[in-house]
Amino acid sequence: MNKAMPLLPDSASQFAPEIDRLMGAEIIFSVFFTTLIFLSIGVLALKYRRKSEEDAPPHIHGSLILELAWTLIPFAITLVFFVWGVHLYFRVYTPDPSAMEIFVTGKQWMWKIQHPEGPREINELHVPVGRPVKFTMISEDVIHSFFVPAFRVKNDVLPGRYTNFWVTPTQVGKYHLFCAEYCGTQHSGMIGTTYVMEQSDYEKWVSGGEESMTLRGEQLFSQYGCATCHLPDGKGRGPSLVGLFNSMVKLQTGAVVKADEAYIRESILNPRAKVVEKFQPVMPTFQGLISEEGLLQIIAYVKSLEKEEGGAQQ
Amino acid sequence: MSALTEPRHYTSELNYLNNGWTLKSWLLTKDHKRIAMLYLISITVFFALGGLFAAAVRLELLTPPGDLMDAETYNKMFTMHGVIMIFFFLIPSVPATLGNFLVPMMVGAKDLAFPRVNLLSWYLYVLGGIFAIYAAVQGGVDTGWTFYTPYSSTYSNTAVIVTAMGAFVAGFSSILTGLNFIVTVHKMRAPGLTWGRLPLFVWAHYATSLIQLLGTPVVAITLVLMMLERGLRIGFFDPALGGDPVLFQHLFWFYSHPAVYIMILPGMGVISEIVTCFSRKHVFGYPFIAGSSLAIAILGFFVWGHHMFVAGQSTYASMVFSLITFFVAAPSAVKVFNWTATMYKGSVSYATPMLYAMGFIGLFTIGGVTGVMLATTALDLHLHDTYFVVAHFHYVMVGGMVMAFMGGLHFWWPKMTGRMYHEIWARISAGLVFIGFNLTFFPQFILGYMGMPRRYHAYPEEFVVLNVMSTAGSSVLGVGYLLPAIYFIYSLYRGEQAPPNPFRAKGLEWETPSPPPTENFLTTPVVTEDAYAYAEKEVKALV
Ligand code: HEC
Ligand code: HEM
Ligand SMILES: [Cu+2]
Ligand SMILES: [Cu+2]
Repeated sequence: MNKAMPLLPDSASQFAPEIDRLMGAEIIFSVFFTTLIFLSIGVLALKYRRKSEEDAPPHIHGSLILELAWTLIPFAITLVFFVWGVHLYFRVYTPDPSAMEIFVTGKQWMWKIQHPEGPREINELHVPVGRPVKFTMISEDVIHSFFVPAFRVKNDVLPGRYTNFWVTPTQVGKYHLFCAEYCGTQHSGMIGTTYVMEQSDYEKWVSGGEESMTLRGEQLFSQYGCATCHLPDGKGRGPSLVGLFNSMVKLQTGAVVKADEAYIRESILNPRAKVVEKFQPVMPTFQGLISEEGLLQIIAYVKSLEKEEGGAQQ
Repeated sequence: MSALTEPRHYTSELNYLNNGWTLKSWLLTKDHKRIAMLYLISITVFFALGGLFAAAVRLELLTPPGDLMDAETYNKMFTMHGVIMIFFFLIPSVPATLGNFLVPMMVGAKDLAFPRVNLLSWYLYVLGGIFAIYAAVQGGVDTGWTFYTPYSSTYSNTAVIVTAMGAFVAGFSSILTGLNFIVTVHKMRAPGLTWGRLPLFVWAHYATSLIQLLGTPVVAITLVLMMLERGLRIGFFDPALGGDPVLFQHLFWFYSHPAVYIMILPGMGVISEIVTCFSRKHVFGYPFIAGSSLAIAILGFFVWGHHMFVAGQSTYASMVFSLITFFVAAPSAVKVFNWTATMYKGSVSYATPMLYAMGFIGLFTIGGVTGVMLATTALDLHLHDTYFVVAHFHYVMVGGMVMAFMGGLHFWWPKMTGRMYHEIWARISAGLVFIGFNLTFFPQFILGYMGMPRRYHAYPEEFVVLNVMSTAGSSVLGVGYLLPAIYFIYSLYRGEQAPPNPFRAKGLEWETPSPPPTENFLTTPVVTEDAYAYAEKEVKALV
């Protein structure tokens, strides 16, 4: 990282140069109009400075043409920024389908990060260079915001709800990780380091022998007794969860919902909210019993059930 | 309104200030001018208090580690700075002091429509202020002035309810002032004072009052919900209680974005008066400036989501909020261009109020263009909640509104007190404010783009240079604000007597002695010309 007084932060994601470019364009626009105003004021103030108390300036009402010009021209230019910005903004929220996933849990005052392959870290984030990464984030308490200036992207981390964004890291190095949403006493201590690594280094790092999120999820699944009701063959008291993820679920009310992460999370914490058709609402709530990290692991497990026919992960 | 009888006969010595010397004659006054003075004194106290908290924040940020105070104290400092500056200084600054004093005079009325309500609004303000000070004495509050849930409703261990109560009560004071202005402007204009002849200061206050009336109840309810959740654990915002934390942000910004216009429109009104007087010119594009105030007041209610681009809001909602925000930027730009054009072919004086006005136009422009950057969805991904935002809103609030307030205070000081202040010292301090302000806040734009998050007690080493500049600038700024306090007070005792119209300005308030009599005008004024009729002869339009 730069040691002196740099004027641009490090740039380490595919969005960074694009956001810098848009910022550059808006800076040019801003400098132009600000200079125009400052110069006009300066020149007019000098040229028309009061020469005597008896000065009798003319009466000028205004000018429709000028009004239209200085309303519409800057406005039209800013609309370009609007479109440009929205285009980029939508891309940040449309993850590449091939993106690998990383799970972030924010908590007063630390970042807990889980990699599907197993490794868990606190206040450190390891990602491989050149591979799209999608972050799925949730908070255990108040609102936080996950911010890596070198990526030029941040997103709030909310309690009770998953939020996402994605980037492709482009530059190997060590970068700041900040919490950007004020979250209490040690807000400014809720910081860490992002390591963008060579792919091969990352592979080595990630296969450090820890058990995968899916495996942990499977353990929790039996530990909490889910397995007693949710048999893979669908003959238990609850529906089979095999192939559930991303499928369309028909509810008692007749509504059809997509079984995404948020749905699975809600089914565990608040089973009565959406009851599956043809089933009794007998599932107990696990609110307060399973940590957010545990929930992410169970979800990872449920997701894995869809890969193989018959849910034969066991 | 008791003054239906013949006005008393005045010697030129009898005015609103010497019409009774007892404390009671002040504390129970129904005279809008005295109430304006009461407000002026109270907001000055709060400005000083807020300034002390700012000084603590800036001192802590002089060095990267959090060494001057602990994190919790720091958080309380910036929170109380924000709460006091917003709710107890900036929102009442121009409307409750200059507006209170001048709106009735500018429309040629003897007082506001409801003088007792006006006094009540001051007492509500003071009551709210007592809550805020009580909260500070209780150990302070650390939620940030935005009170975001569930931190404020569940996790903070500080005096949240008392502080929110303070903001809540002060809100009613703001509603009452707005109501009073609206009725006054509708019902009490002097004969001949048509809507098209109203000074732009009055138009700006009219637009502001609409926002106060329509927006403030929403934030009041929001704060009540937050207090209920905190006090009685009724779930609205905390997911653990079945609530939605982002709902709070929607409700909060539904008021607080329009509220930023409460904090700038009255200042724009001040600038319109100053620029015309010190250019001796009719304002350029009167209908556009008046109309843009209303456009801002209305459009301002539909942009709140631009505070939530990264808060998990749907991307389509963000897109719409961003677009409307670009629309609301346009009428602000219109004003800047029109003020500048007003100087064209004028007779421009460099008197203190004009220096502040020119400062306002420049700094507000910077605040505006950086606002456009923040309104660009993709840029906000990076800029949101960094020092860039802190710089942006200080350029608008301090570079804009506080400059306008200072300019207006200098402009109408002779009218309000009957005394002239020391012009040289006033120009020096205007210069210090301008330099100090830019030195304090410009580096923060760069800090923000570099990635320094706001509300940080400690920060990484590489941000130190810019932070030192900022703290150095704030001490210059502090001197710039301290000087007026000294020469204004001095002027009360030693200042030259002010003539009725020292700046040869147009407007009804200048056609009565300085300081004005209690009834404002010796005879009811009749208006026969447009506002800003500085020139005798009409010439053809410019283009
Ligand atoms: C007492 C039996 C029982 C237990 C124990 C139980 N569930 Fe359920 N679960 C059900 C039933 C019955 C339903 C369907 C009715 C409903 O939607 O509430 C269900 C629904 C679900 C669904 C939605 C399924 C769909 O097809 O849409 C998910 C996901 C789920 N459970 C996960 C879990 C997890 C994870 C656990 C353990 C932490 C668990 N369940 C424990 C009985 C149970
Ligand atoms: C006079 C010199 C001033 C200085 C040096 C100053 C400094 C600061 C600083 C450093 C912060 C950021 C704190 C942080 O995020 O850690 C801040 C926040 C803020 N300031 Fe100022 N400020 C000044 C005047 C004002 C004025 C006049 C107003 C309004 C009228 C104002 C309104 C605010 C607000 C609303 C915040 C946000 C508080 C929060 O984050 O909760 N400031 N100020
Ligand atoms: Cu935080
Ligand atoms: Cu806003």
